[in-house]
Amino acid sequence: MSNPYVPLFILLALGFGFAALSVGTSLVVGPKRYNRAKAEAYECGIQPSPRAEGGGRVPIKYFLTAMLFIIFDIESIFLFPFAVAFDQLGLFALVEMVLFIITVFVAYAYVWKRGGLEWD
Amino acid sequence: MSAAVPAVFEAVKVDYAAIAPMLVVVGGALIGVLVEAVAPRSTRYGAQLVLTLATIAAALVALFVWAVPHKAVTLGQSLAIDGPALFLQATLLVFGLLGVLAMSERFGGKSADAFTPMGASSPGSPQEAAATRAGFATSEVFPLALFSLFGMLIFVAANDLITMFVALEVLSLPLYILTGLARRRRLLSQEASLKYFLLGAFSSAFFLFGAALLYGFSGSSDLKLIARAITTNSSQMNGLLLPGAILVLIGLLFKVGAVPFHSWTPDAYQGAPTPITGFMAAATKAAAFGAILRIAYVGLEVSRWDWRVGVGLIAAATMIVGAVLSVTQTDVKRLLAYSSVAHAGFILVGLLSFDGNGIAGVMFYLVAYGLATLAAFAIVAMIRQGGSEATHLSQWAGLGRKHPVVAGIFGLLLLAFAGIPLTSGFTSKFAVFAPAIHSGGTMGVLLVVIGVLASAVTAYVYFRIIVLMYFTQAPEDDVVALTPSVATTIVVTVGVLATLLLGIVPGLLLQLAQDASTFLL
Repeated sequence: MSNPYVPLFILLALGFGFAALSVGTSLVVGPKRYNRAKAEAYECGIQPSPRAEGGGRVPIKYFLTAMLFIIFDIESIFLFPFAVAFDQLGLFALVEMVLFIITVFVAYAYVWKRGGLEWD
Repeated sequence: MSAAVPAVFEAVKVDYAAIAPMLVVVGGALIGVLVEAVAPRSTRYGAQLVLTLATIAAALVALFVWAVPHKAVTLGQSLAIDGPALFLQATLLVFGLLGVLAMSERFGGKSADAFTPMGASSPGSPQEAAATRAGFATSEVFPLALFSLFGMLIFVAANDLITMFVALEVLSLPLYILTGLARRRRLLSQEASLKYFLLGAFSSAFFLFGAALLYGFSGSSDLKLIARAITTNSSQMNGLLLPGAILVLIGLLFKVGAVPFHSWTPDAYQGAPTPITGFMAAATKAAAFGAILRIAYVGLEVSRWDWRVGVGLIAAATMIVGAVLSVTQTDVKRLLAYSSVAHAGFILVGLLSFDGNGIAGVMFYLVAYGLATLAAFAIVAMIRQGGSEATHLSQWAGLGRKHPVVAGIFGLLLLAFAGIPLTSGFTSKFAVFAPAIHSGGTMGVLLVVIGVLASAVTAYVYFRIIVLMYFTQAPEDDVVALTPSVATTIVVTVGVLATLLLGIVPGLLLQLAQDASTFLL
């Protein structure tokens, strides 16, 4: 390799090329049938901010559920490798894992007691 | 590639005495979350305040009793509890103590605390008004501050790029939330929080990309092994070193608000609740400079000739832009924000000297600047018009005639920021400029010249405020300085005493910083 930066620049060019190709192809070959939903910001039929000028509020319930899912999802992701190698790891890892679960359950207790799990 | 994947898992050795202060802080934060969950609403505020202060005090005791005699690189080489780490951890805990005291200020019931009663309500909505009438308080502020402090304590000790990144996030995420919790001007506060979050996430991406490139270069995220890979020149991918170093440094320079990565600073400082601004300005800066010191002096020191000029240019730009733009500010919080940008530049000058006195100077500067800043923002929180903070400079006109003591103390702190002799500002500037002249080479001398000129510009700004406070006729308005409770009194007293003592007898702390200026490898 003559210059160590050559692969970096090739990677950069590939990145830009991919972006330009994707956008360009859809511009050229994509169907263009305009209707009302198509003209909206996200093309999915849901207004991004209902009556934003009048202080409209977006329900945060789905977001809250998604956040809670992430917390417990990550907990189980950490539990899997621990469970697989449990016999090799010994007491230290068991204590560490219990401490980790305690920290997650502290968050769980907070959410539960403060009403984060109630839908309405 | 030096680090191979181990065939069997090995339990890492943990020196619990060395990391005791961090464990105390995170333990206190978790108990704080449980208090939020189970304690009745009326008792939470008091319980949280006592718990938080006790936690930080206990962490300070743990630091001096257990951690100081147990200097060690522990937790699988990921944390280095050495002189600089311990010095900055003690500094951060003191900042945390004072910051929490400032956050608890309620002016003896004459005014509410600085935080919104219900962060999830729309500004100006009936829900918000109902929460205010019911006297709700966002006592989550205290556990959030503890979590942030926990991240900062790891940040200054992180000896590994991944640990450093985790610490960066742990310290930043609670700060983003705290920034958005101001009781008054909530839209401004939420805007500040969003900007801080977006730009912070942006800088995290820079840091991570740089860390990935450095890993690609050295085959390890351990700073010591990265340094060894640079020294032995054993890597097959030398091209990754410089981009990696630059990106990691950019990520960290974002956090200290160095130009051209400073654009979040004035907005976040202005929008955040004033006690949070003080805590952010003092503690985040100390933590981020702790991390930069370790990256620059442990990980990348051998390759410093490659990136030193670049960071030198950033330091020069930071001093010039911070000083010049502070002249044009009309809001006291934005003015202090640009002043903090300029101070970040001064600290960078000391950091680039690459000698032990430079490390000691940087740490001394962080202590002196942090204590003065905490006191200054505590005073800004006291000046009110019709209940809300009077931050526009025109509202400060004639304050020295109405409230001579408060204005006098603020004037003294401004003199310290300007670097007038007999204040900590002078000794700390001397402590960073002297090593830069002594061992910084031509670039060090040039940077010091720019630094002195920038100091002169900022001095003009500070004197203008003093003139405004004392020699301007007060307009007929109702701007008053509220009588502070014991909490703010402690913060201001400590800040003023430190400013004077470090200005008149700097030797003791400077000696301590010098003794603590060796990194453990």
